[in-house]
Amino acid sequence: MTEPVAPATTAASPRSTTATAPAPVPRTAAAGLSTGAPDPSQLPVVFEVRDLSVYYGSFRAVRDVDLDVRQHEITAFIGPSGCGKTTMLRCFNRMNDLIPGAHPEGTLNYHGVALYGPKVDPVEVRRRIGMVFQKPNPFPKSIYDNVAYGPRLLGTKKRADVDAVIEESLTKAALWDEVKDRLKESAMGLSGGQQQRLCIARAVATKPEVLLMDEPCSALDPIATARIEDLMQEIKTEFTIVIVTHNMQQAARVSDATAFYSTDVNPESDRRTGVLVEFDRTETIFSNPSDERTENYITGRFG
Amino acid sequence: MALTTIGSSSDTAIQGRVAEALEGDTDVKGRLFEAALIACLLVSLAVLALLVGKVLGDGLPVFADRGADFLDGSLSSQPDRAGISQAIIGSFWIATSVVVIALPLGVGAAIYLEEYAPRNRLTAFIEINTRNLAGVPSIVYGLLGLAIFVEYFDGFSGNQGVNRRTLAAAGLTLAALVLPVIIITTQEAIRAVPQALREGAYGVGATRWEVIRSQVLPYAAPGILTGALLSIARAVGEAAPLIVLGAVTGLLGGGTGLSASSLLDPSSLTERFTALPITVATWAKRPEQEFNVDDAAAAIVAMLVFVLLVNSIAIVLRNRFERKRSA
Repeated sequence: MTEPVAPATTAASPRSTTATAPAPVPRTAAAGLSTGAPDPSQLPVVFEVRDLSVYYGSFRAVRDVDLDVRQHEITAFIGPSGCGKTTMLRCFNRMNDLIPGAHPEGTLNYHGVALYGPKVDPVEVRRRIGMVFQKPNPFPKSIYDNVAYGPRLLGTKKRADVDAVIEESLTKAALWDEVKDRLKESAMGLSGGQQQRLCIARAVATKPEVLLMDEPCSALDPIATARIEDLMQEIKTEFTIVIVTHNMQQAARVSDATAFYSTDVNPESDRRTGVLVEFDRTETIFSNPSDERTENYITGRFG
Repeated sequence: MALTTIGSSSDTAIQGRVAEALEGDTDVKGRLFEAALIACLLVSLAVLALLVGKVLGDGLPVFADRGADFLDGSLSSQPDRAGISQAIIGSFWIATSVVVIALPLGVGAAIYLEEYAPRNRLTAFIEINTRNLAGVPSIVYGLLGLAIFVEYFDGFSGNQGVNRRTLAAAGLTLAALVLPVIIITTQEAIRAVPQALREGAYGVGATRWEVIRSQVLPYAAPGILTGALLSIARAVGEAAPLIVLGAVTGLLGGGTGLSASSLLDPSSLTERFTALPITVATWAKRPEQEFNVDDAAAAIVAMLVFVLLVNSIAIVLRNRFERKRSA
């Protein structure tokens, strides 16, 4: 898994799309101060995005996206509404295939393989790249059957094996202690925060490499949000996480790298297109952004 | 009250003014509207109660006097010997045709249209026409059945002339009649499945087939069942297309009474037939009061029982699915 990405790492250090990009060397000192994390430039690249645009039919919803998502890091997408964060995120597991007319143009590689290549099966993609949605969307089944859904699809049939996956996944999602005595009860009876953790358990039950999280805390109260943020920190040793969030504090708290998106208004059509303004280490984005738009956004002067 | 105890004397004046200001009766129209709504409900219920009461009052004595004899008897010119065994057999097979033919075809077509078909002009055209077909008067379907199932396919019987007007042709005609309704109600039920549910399943790597089987259909099942139930009830109650198809109104030979074997004998499909609504209409036209009041009402009671039976089965099934969905 590390070999194919080796050539990419040199070109793929954090960078900005603006001409006044900062030195492409990540601020290891800052990273070391906060978390003692390894030098990010040494971590393998999971997603390599180059000059990517996403279209809905002929309408270009996002353009000029260049970034790398690195293994065992949390990468945050921030920006105002309508800037294409979610659209980008849903390319990573080809969820956009469900929307008629949606298609990307440009380079989107997963471990060096073009995700939208002609032979790639989106179902196989989604088995490796799990997703947690904005609104908790448990199935109207029991807690047990929710978590068991993915593993059963993948062929885990024996009761003991399924039981083991259930306990492991719910434990990872910090939900096991709360629900272990009522696994057969409906998932719809859980609170919103519990439902979202159940959705995380459901997503990790298939043992994906990547977890995509689309504003996973936007429907939750601060306590439930804190639990999920803690959870993300715990599971990032196992997963690579990409999170879309409207909450800048959340991005600053949890992420290692941050991509800031904004919108450009097309003067001819008056339609908005999302654009990646800046992508860098999270410390840099929040302490020393290179683009004025980023600074305005994070200081609350815009958006 | 509590306010007065803590209020000083000067507060009492303010309190009086506030109390005065807060008094009022602003929602007069709202109460009139509510009264009108209750009146609508009462009128509807009164009509229904009147109908059921009259039918039961006229019909139940026939069952009391003749009991099983009425269910077992054949069409006859004598009101005290006439019975509805042949009508029940006809209506049973018509309902069966709807369940066996129209339900799978309609549900299948609807799943394809909602989950697989591309959204283009052709599918839009098909959808508009399904809706149009659902509005076509039932007698037109009778003509269609006459032209195709009776004239072209000889009623699937190999018979000649008038004997081609078979129960099979009637069953197929009514299945075709309710097919658009089943397609539309199934489409609506599938459209009501939350997209978030589909995404959740796709998100853990389910294929389209797995998403449909494990999420979409279970969630849509109560709605699909409701549509199927309405369709069966409609098919069992339709008289007009059967008249065009040549349902027997006078004497129908081969009456062997009502039993499990006569009911389930598929050879009735290739024979001439009658059905409950046809029998009701025929008897209601007869001059004798024993026919036009008593026997007709008794046949209506039988038809109502039949429809209510289908309804209750569907309601039980629907509740089971809905409990699954929310529990």
